[in-house]
Amino acid sequence: MKSIKNKRETYLQSVLKQGYSRRDFMKFATYMAAYMGLETSVVGQVARQLENTPRIPVIWEHYQECTCCSESFIRSDHPIVSDIILDKISLDYTLTLMAASGHQAEAAKHATMEKYHGEYILCVEGSVPLGDDGNYCCIAGRTAIDHLKEAAEGAAVIIAWGSCASNGCVQAAYPNPTEAVPIHKIIKNKPIVRVPGCPPIGEVMAGVIVHYVTFGTLPELDRLNRPKAFYAKRIHDSCYRRPYYDAGLFAESFDDENAKKGYCLYKVGCRGPMTYNSCGTIKWNNGVSFPIQSGHGCIGCSEDNFWDNGPFYERISSLNGFGIEASADQVGKATAAALGVGVTAHAIAANVAKRNELKNSIAEGTRNEKQVRED
Amino acid sequence: MASTKKDLTFKRVYVWELPVRIFHWANALCITVLAATGFVIANPPAIMSSTEASGQFWFGTVRYIHFATAYIFLGAMILRIYWAFVGNRYANWRSFLPLTQKALLNIRHVLQIDILLGVDKEHRLGNIAIGHNAVAGASYVVLFLLALVQVATGFGLYEPMSAFFVADLFSWVIPLFGSDFTVRFIHHAVTWLMILFVIIHVYLVFYHDWLEGRGEVSSMFSGYKFVLTDRIKPEDTLEGETPPAQEEEPWVEDEKTPAAEAH
Ligand code: HEM
Ligand code: SF4
Repeated sequence: MKSIKNKRETYLQSVLKQGYSRRDFMKFATYMAAYMGLETSVVGQVARQLENTPRIPVIWEHYQECTCCSESFIRSDHPIVSDIILDKISLDYTLTLMAASGHQAEAAKHATMEKYHGEYILCVEGSVPLGDDGNYCCIAGRTAIDHLKEAAEGAAVIIAWGSCASNGCVQAAYPNPTEAVPIHKIIKNKPIVRVPGCPPIGEVMAGVIVHYVTFGTLPELDRLNRPKAFYAKRIHDSCYRRPYYDAGLFAESFDDENAKKGYCLYKVGCRGPMTYNSCGTIKWNNGVSFPIQSGHGCIGCSEDNFWDNGPFYERISSLNGFGIEASADQVGKATAAALGVGVTAHAIAANVAKRNELKNSIAEGTRNEKQVRED
Repeated sequence: MASTKKDLTFKRVYVWELPVRIFHWANALCITVLAATGFVIANPPAIMSSTEASGQFWFGTVRYIHFATAYIFLGAMILRIYWAFVGNRYANWRSFLPLTQKALLNIRHVLQIDILLGVDKEHRLGNIAIGHNAVAGASYVVLFLLALVQVATGFGLYEPMSAFFVADLFSWVIPLFGSDFTVRFIHHAVTWLMILFVIIHVYLVFYHDWLEGRGEVSSMFSGYKFVLTDRIKPEDTLEGETPPAQEEEPWVEDEKTPAAEAH
């Protein structure tokens, strides 16, 4: 196994070495520019950068996760993406994909961290458990917290892949037995790009990472540190069923007439109006489809705490605190009804308790009525 | 002097100035429209229609009404805050907060007499509020806070759809709560709290109107309330003169009054 080279090759060299043609490379640069939302005139710049910049080492950590982020990434539209970003042969560190394993793999990671201190990109897939001293997730005999802190120390950039690393995802859902947290709860002194989604779209992942390797800067981020190019709009804003929404044409169940006509899935719990992601435009599986196009509402997988905001097929979350699963509306109706009864009871009681006052004022009023002058 | 023999005489006092009344009804209308359109947005009726989507826009219209009303609601709120500094003493911000000893005593009085329905043995003139009583005042502070929550969560949800600077002022809301889910849930739940407020508020207005007979309900149309003549300084002391020191005399009912017998 090759160890880390002294003279780093550029992205172009790495691509050519892996058997791609220059034409493939140019296509790749064009794809990337498009994903990043750049103008066509910038394609040349992207290509030039990839031609001349030495490959930036990537350390890709896996903690509490299901590897769907990695799967999504290596299946992104263009095969070059994973081939050049992750050097799977000499590899820096990607436990799932690298040729090395065990002690060798850990050694490779440490070598990268030392040699490229302050330069490498740290990608994190998965959340980190804090419960029981972090023992719920150990790799090579050390806890995820340990690994994360160590790797973050020398990283130039940290990217939180997926909802696990960004938001905690299912591990952090109630009752969160392992006390799983997203990585920004642990690493506070460095900017972390959050790329939520379960998984995030492969092209989005590629876009983020290629933006950094070509321009040396992070893409523009929103207030939740998500790249604006991919997370500024809601699914709902680019959904092709949106005209049905505005027209008030909704499916009420998945097998009704309206569902067959392709009406909006809002009433069967679609989270599109609350979910910021690019599924409606970039879509999935090389642009084939996305959940709504396949007839299922969006479940909001790229949103914070989406598991606990269920059920997925109801528009409004249920209130778990009320023993039985109750929606805010049921609680509201019950309280309003109770209040109505209370107010009626109070009105009756008031008339009883104040009967003498009332008698007096009615008597006075009646007396006055008799005295009314009609001239 | 038995109260039955004493005729109560009242004078008209201009309590609610025009801007206050306009605000009140604008606010009531906005809340009604926002809650109604809001519930339609939350759970729209599914309509079977043979018209193509291009031929109709009713759900968009409902949302449009919600958002347009939201702006009116916010505008009315801002004007009312302004009026809380320049309006008369019943409109002033101080009248909403139990800041004085008198207000604290008034809270006790209202709770005893109006909420727990005790019988007033000692009629202090000052016990009956001319504007809103201290408990009502506090309840409007609560309503104001609920309205603030609705404006913040509502405009927070609205901000991604709008480029207008007023909406953009609320771009911090969703990051604060982490997601639209939570914000939307709060917006929905607080709607119910506002409905509960309305039930209590309307009931108590009728309650006071019925038991005190001072024109509580009509005051929000006319601006006038009827106030016992005893509480109003004589005409000749009005303009800038210092009125003769006048202690509020507790007006004790006869031991023989039916009110006392009730115990
Ligand atoms: C008295 C005040 C208000 C009440 C009672 C009210 C009520 C509601 C209700 C019940 C909903 C449905 C929530 C759901 O989706 O389950 C809603 C939605 C919404 N409201 Fe309000 N609202 C109020 C004020 C506002 C204000 C001031 C704004 C500011 C623009 C606003 C903007 C919105 C937005 C953006 C939605 C979501 C609509 C959508 O996603 O299509 N609301 N409102
Ligand atoms: S299907 Fe979902 S995302 Fe599409 S318009 Fe309806 S509510 Fe919005």
